[in-house]
Amino acid sequence: MNALFEYLLRLGDDSLILGHRLSEWCGHGPILEEDIAMTNLSLDLIGQATSFLKYAGEVEGKSRNEDDLAFLRFEREYKNLLLVERPNQNFGATMMRQFLFDAYRKLFFERLVHSTDSQLSAIAAKSLKETKYHLKHSSEWVIRLGDGTEESHQKMQSALDDLWKYSAELFYQDDVDEDLIENGIIPAVDAIKGEWDVLVRNVLEQATLIIPSNNWEQVGGRKGIHSEHLGYILAELQYMQRAYPGMKW
Amino acid sequence: MANKEWPLYEVFIRSKQGLSHKHVGSLRAADEQMAIDNARDVYTRRSEGISIWVVESNSVFASDPNDADSLYEPSNSKVYRHPTFYDVPDGIEHM
Repeated sequence: MNALFEYLLRLGDDSLILGHRLSEWCGHGPILEEDIAMTNLSLDLIGQATSFLKYAGEVEGKSRNEDDLAFLRFEREYKNLLLVERPNQNFGATMMRQFLFDAYRKLFFERLVHSTDSQLSAIAAKSLKETKYHLKHSSEWVIRLGDGTEESHQKMQSALDDLWKYSAELFYQDDVDEDLIENGIIPAVDAIKGEWDVLVRNVLEQATLIIPSNNWEQVGGRKGIHSEHLGYILAELQYMQRAYPGMKW
Repeated sequence: MANKEWPLYEVFIRSKQGLSHKHVGSLRAADEQMAIDNARDVYTRRSEGISIWVVESNSVFASDPNDADSLYEPSNSKVYRHPTFYDVPDGIEHM
């Protein structure tokens, strides 16, 4: 197995699946402005997925392009975090999911910019600009809704209670990462974890939200072991290519 | 809980070539900071700007349309205020 290919799938699939989740809000946002904002986030993420999966296809060398990888793999071949496939629920829960992810992605891209792999470094530089804004937007909402009304506070707290157990997977590491870290292709996870903790705790504190004391960690996505939700996402995402193979529009 | 609507903001964008901020429209937002975020998403998606101002619409004090007679008509009879009494020399473009 090619470690870089595997790792690129993880990056690409995180962006693709979260981008798809956000696209589900299109036309359903709580207000027009936020509907547009979430669609913008979605488009940024799908753009990142395109870059990562395109590169993955080149690294793999089996002439699969980004569309083949996005639309023609089976569930167990997707390597995204369980966090990004969590259902949207309400707007607050969507912003909480986004915040936990953005906080990681920003710190990650800041380091990936220095990758010894020039292609990854270039994708990171472009994505970092987008991700900084994503984080600003999602953390502002977490603070405002957490420290908002009684109802919004309660919704944000239950979103945090639900999503927290999936946040550990952000720092999942296995033999795929090891070689890549050693060669300076991807950043070491430990330093990111430290900064992520500080950043997340700081925002959650401002939001008057309490991190759950239960420290159960739900992982599996990186190995292709997904929750029941991914199948439904893929059914929708892949329908066109499965029903009309090779269709273009 | 009262279903209170968010305040309305007027949005001004300065384009790359533009010297001043121009009014582009309005939007609703929870507060000023979010109004900037929303303006970025709603009004700069196609690289329209490099600077954003937002002003709560309540803060805009407007002239009364009923006063139009007294405010604007007096200047109609003062054509000499327009620089139209000069001969533009040949060769001057973009006038």
